[in-house]
Amino acid sequence: MTTSPDDPERARRFREAALPYLDDVYTLARYLLRNPADAEDAVQECYLRALKHFDTYRGPAMKPWLFAILRNVCHAEFARRTGAPMKALDDTPEAAEQPPLWQENAETPESAVLRERDASAIRRMIDTLAEPFRETFVLREINNLSYREIAEAAGVPVGTVMSRLARARAMLRAAWLAQEEPKS
Amino acid sequence: MTCDEAEILIHALADGELDAGHSSEVEAHVASCPRCAAELAAIRQMKQALAGADLTYKAPSALRQRIEAVLPPAEPRVTPLATRPSRRTLLKGFAMGSAVSALAATGLVAIVLRNDDQQRVEAEIVSAHLRSLQAGHLTDVISTDQHTVKPWFNGKLDVAPPVIDLTTEGFTLIGGRLDYVDARAIGAVVYRRRQHVINLFVAQTASAERRGPRLDTIQGFNIRSWRDRGLNYWAVSDINADELTEFGERFERAMRGSG
Repeated sequence: MTTSPDDPERARRFREAALPYLDDVYTLARYLLRNPADAEDAVQECYLRALKHFDTYRGPAMKPWLFAILRNVCHAEFARRTGAPMKALDDTPEAAEQPPLWQENAETPESAVLRERDASAIRRMIDTLAEPFRETFVLREINNLSYREIAEAAGVPVGTVMSRLARARAMLRAAWLAQEEPKS
Repeated sequence: MTCDEAEILIHALADGELDAGHSSEVEAHVASCPRCAAELAAIRQMKQALAGADLTYKAPSALRQRIEAVLPPAEPRVTPLATRPSRRTLLKGFAMGSAVSALAATGLVAIVLRNDDQQRVEAEIVSAHLRSLQAGHLTDVISTDQHTVKPWFNGKLDVAPPVIDLTTEGFTLIGGRLDYVDARAIGAVVYRRRQHVINLFVAQTASAERRGPRLDTIQGFNIRSWRDRGLNYWAVSDINADELTEFGERFERAMRGSG
């Protein structure tokens, strides 16, 4: 089947398949770029690229596919603006990703109760997480992706997803507890 | 199982990502290890706190318009006749199960994770939806009255599916049905939107934790799934995603009102 980008049937299929995820894609962009204007640009570019490559889309899940495109856009955009490549996630040394978790746990008592926070306070805390951990955490807890879908979208093994998520939660918990008891 | 092994796996347990065998292994370790038990409780506590806050962002309408502007104009809405599944698409629906497992078998790395249940169940849900569209299979009890449909389920299932009349909001209740998904009986409440059928499948789940809505598309059917108060919901239909989202939101709002 040959299709041109102007094929209305193809555009209709793309519209129905991809547009329902606009809020999801925008949400991820906001957390990745931490800036509304940049997020809007990245999402628009993401949809343009997705439309262009729609013929190569083989499913089954549209959302991880769009997310994979979005993160490529975000990394490219970041590199262009700063003139320096964003530290590629995949180059993160595995050792840096897997520090012994029990050391952090010792600093953040499991028994402490997390005080309920409003959404904007939680968003700010998530924004403080380092990039690969923030991305994994948002894909899981806010975009509701399964581990496998996160692995697919981020292009890393499932094991890496699991270790990043554990680390992200430990860091977020530490930030959460620290905010509740301001250091004197 | 040692604490080192449990360290990461308790996250997968809290996320519902472990298969049954590993779930019970991790649970057994947690039961005997106060430190890991506290860690699991901490993870659950955080998930609970996050679930209570809306952390998503809504795409600005200007952005939506800009993106729509680069797409060729939408065609008029497809007629119901054209979307009625042909025999061919029915067969494709039934064949879906094996296609999904073949796909799963090629890409699996971490064998401890449950075999993507969500996707398998959703494929079964779509098959059940397609079966229901065949003549005479749509409803076991036909009624537009929620007080007739709800008692009908009594004694037939281990759970009473909530039956909510959304007729005044544009989704007509037309009846209920017993179906069979994921190797067990499941309730289906049937609604109609114009000429389109919406099946709302309801099943009990062990997890009481609320999970926000997620939208998937399988074989051209939209599925909106969510979890609330110990029940899993899947709304499936060939209506477009926006209308299905509207259905889910109205249903959830009515549920909150009745609770």
